[in-house]
Amino acid sequence: MTITKKRKATQGNFLTSTQELNCATIAAHRNTRPVKSSTSIRGSLAGLALLVGHQAVALAESPTSIFSTLSTPAHETNSIGLFVVIICTAIFAVVAALLGYAFWRFRAGNSDEHEPAQVFGSMQIELSWTIIPVLIVVVLFLATARTLFSIQDAPKPANALNITAVGHQYWWEYHYPEYGIVTANELHIPVATGNGGRVTYIKLTSADVIHSFWVPQLGGKTDMLPNRVNEMWWDPQKAGVYVGQCGQYCGAQHAKMLLRVYVDTPEQFAAWVAGQRKQQTELVADVVDSTSEAVNPSVGQKVFEQQSCINCHAVQGTVANGRFGPDLTHLMSRDTLGAGAIQNTPENLKAWVEDPQQFKPGCLMPAMHLTNKQNLQITAYLQTLK
Amino acid sequence: MGSQTYPVAGGLQTETAPSRHGYLEEIHSWIVTVDHKKLGIMYIVYALLFLVIGGLEAILMRIQLAAPGLHFLEPQTFNRMFTMHGTTMVFLVGMMILFGFGNYLVPLMIGARDMAFPRLNAFSFWMSALAGILLYFSFIGGNGLAGTGTAPDMGWFAYAPLTEKAFSPGHTTDYWTIALLANGIGSIGTSINILATVFCMRTKGMTLMRMPMLPWLYATMSFLTLLAISPLTAAQAMLMIDRYLGGHFFDTQAGGSAILWAHFFWIFGHPEVYVLVLPAFGMASEIIPVFSRKAIFGYPAMVAASVSIGFISLGVWAHHMFTIGLTSYGNAFFTLSTMLVGVPTGIKLFNWLATLWGGKIQYRPPMMFAAAYLIQFLIAGLTGIMLSVSAWDWQLHNSYFVVAHFHYVLVGAIVFMLFSALYYWYPKMTGRMLDEKLAKWHFWLFLIGFHLTFDLMHIPGLLGMPRWIYTYEADRGWGTLNLLISIGGVIQGIAVLIFVYNMVHSYFKGELAGPDPWDAWTLEWATASPPPSYNFATDPVVGSRRPLWDLKHPDDPDSAFE
Repeated sequence: MTITKKRKATQGNFLTSTQELNCATIAAHRNTRPVKSSTSIRGSLAGLALLVGHQAVALAESPTSIFSTLSTPAHETNSIGLFVVIICTAIFAVVAALLGYAFWRFRAGNSDEHEPAQVFGSMQIELSWTIIPVLIVVVLFLATARTLFSIQDAPKPANALNITAVGHQYWWEYHYPEYGIVTANELHIPVATGNGGRVTYIKLTSADVIHSFWVPQLGGKTDMLPNRVNEMWWDPQKAGVYVGQCGQYCGAQHAKMLLRVYVDTPEQFAAWVAGQRKQQTELVADVVDSTSEAVNPSVGQKVFEQQSCINCHAVQGTVANGRFGPDLTHLMSRDTLGAGAIQNTPENLKAWVEDPQQFKPGCLMPAMHLTNKQNLQITAYLQTLK
Repeated sequence: MGSQTYPVAGGLQTETAPSRHGYLEEIHSWIVTVDHKKLGIMYIVYALLFLVIGGLEAILMRIQLAAPGLHFLEPQTFNRMFTMHGTTMVFLVGMMILFGFGNYLVPLMIGARDMAFPRLNAFSFWMSALAGILLYFSFIGGNGLAGTGTAPDMGWFAYAPLTEKAFSPGHTTDYWTIALLANGIGSIGTSINILATVFCMRTKGMTLMRMPMLPWLYATMSFLTLLAISPLTAAQAMLMIDRYLGGHFFDTQAGGSAILWAHFFWIFGHPEVYVLVLPAFGMASEIIPVFSRKAIFGYPAMVAASVSIGFISLGVWAHHMFTIGLTSYGNAFFTLSTMLVGVPTGIKLFNWLATLWGGKIQYRPPMMFAAAYLIQFLIAGLTGIMLSVSAWDWQLHNSYFVVAHFHYVLVGAIVFMLFSALYYWYPKMTGRMLDEKLAKWHFWLFLIGFHLTFDLMHIPGLLGMPRWIYTYEADRGWGTLNLLISIGGVIQGIAVLIFVYNMVHSYFKGELAGPDPWDAWTLEWATASPPPSYNFATDPVVGSRRPLWDLKHPDDPDSAFE
């Protein structure tokens, strides 16, 4: 409400001042010429520009549009953004109209040999176009500061869900300290509204280089820096899947460091948490030997554990405790592989294990050059990690 | 009332003796020259060469991005292209072409016979030229083995710790670092030279407040360069210490700080934007009055605005870091300081508008580009205000909206103004006019291409498209827009080729220009085109800001109003 009032006040100021400016400029000019009033034309032009802009944005249906906001930080950010866009569009309309008018009105004729009247300046005009922008800046600054403080310094509710997100070259690691869950790439959080809704606070850091955590529909981005912890919050209003991606260049596969956020209803979230807390077990194999010919999960687990997979990957409840790559304990609960690079289907999973570089060239998981049988065995095992 | 103007007694009578010697002597004379005009032209030609190279890199990237999921470039090749494109355009094109114009014009405009330190001038040029060679040698020497073929791939602002040995092995980062160090030495040399020239070499009667706008803006730009290049040089030295001597300034794995680099880089990087745009302001302030046939409106306000842009720009750098985790007070401070830049910038734009007002605008090629510049610079400034809103910047930061914004500044304002300046001063430099018909083709094609590319480029940013990505998902709704953006890029490329052809063609076949083809008012038009090596046969004496106006209008001289 306050913002709307301020906006009206500023626009009022600006239009009046432009009219003054028109008159003053003409007065300063030695050959006074009549000027047609073009305020209404300017107004409709501004409206048109806004309409076209809005249409263009609305037409492009995008799951990452910053205008379809579904949480308070995103919504407030969007409001201040639109406020500034309106003011800037108004300024543009006025100044561009004046420029366009001058370009057209003062073009040289063919026969005119005389130099025009020489005008060197005017103190009043200089003052007016100094003071008015200062006033506009003050309004914009105060409006921005209000949003800034209300998002960045918002008090944290006692029942907020705490998550730690760690950026890695080219994937995301998530910790839920409250539940002892570690997962990767696909973040599950509860919806913030309704009975049992919770706000989510995310602590952000990095294991290697700078990354940036960005899901446009839920809020702006916050960087993940090594040796430093930043914090941000979301209060998603609607359950659903939201996508985003890394916002700071972080190396070869920055482009495929994609991000999926599943906003669950409280019931779905509780079920998901219960699923994620289950540990996996060492399977009992008939033939406890990684050289076995059989393709089944228990042989697959041996291959997985005896090749170098577990240097990087963890499967909780088993000997696999590598921390360099994504935690695979509940791999099959995820929809995608390689931080959103491909769908998690059995064929894709096997192809990924065979050679991740075909999907994500430059990612840090190498092709292990195992035999086709070994890849089938590992895939069979991974498919049991539900 | 000021003293009477007696410009350039004998200046116009100067004859340039046609030198008849072989091409080897000609080349030799360019290599050993300390003449500010020859060095200026070398800077400009060198920069234009890299403009074409940097432009080709951009075209390659645009082909790769024309549709989702293309495989035209390898991911690492794409990353190298944007790193080289950014570094090339800022350091080898922007800095060098602007220093070239500064070198050529500042002494002529203030009535001097050369820069204050001609040998330092030559040294600075060759250091900067070395930078280009070092940077591009990384394509063949980057991994330390000839033939392996690499180039730096960490982005033009090279955020730590991605540049540390652990994440960027090989020598590509090192070539980038020493190239920027060499370029920095050249820039600092030229800045000192311009400052000394402006403050010590002005001709008789040319007080600071009678100096044309362009030398004023070059002086401001040189101050900023001195202040901005130093932290960059320090940061590069620290990075080299990290990489070769086991230092840990930015080595986060050993307790170093990633934010430290960001601060160092942007306390250079933001003033750098003004280093690039201030000379363009200077050119606009010379060209717009001449083609409006009116004196610049509000000269003292224009000078004050230029200098205050310089000062304020030193306190805005962290608006590049709104997402890095500043406190709310830090974000608020840099929001305010950034918005304040809009005030003096607005003053400049309004004064140009008032200069047009009541004039008789002649739409010759320099003015066509200058007119487009005014509108585009207005838009660039306004999107800048949008980005200064730190809360909204959390969304827009590192998105294509930002890419569109700064290309609007760098291309829409600076490159348009550079084309304007080339059309305006090419006759002075070569003695021949550029072809106007080709100029119109160049202008309209470039204008259409520019708007197709950079107007539309704002939208994918608003739809969540981050920069630096070599490909994108098909479901994001960015595909059609990116195709159109790429087509616009190709149109701009064609326009630039027309311009290059025009430059070469007109050099041999162009209409002769004579000393003063635009009926202009500053001292460079008082001598022959091209000027003799000593510029002026006798030192000119000036009595106002427009010495040639006084000479051409003895009945109504500016000096009568001072």
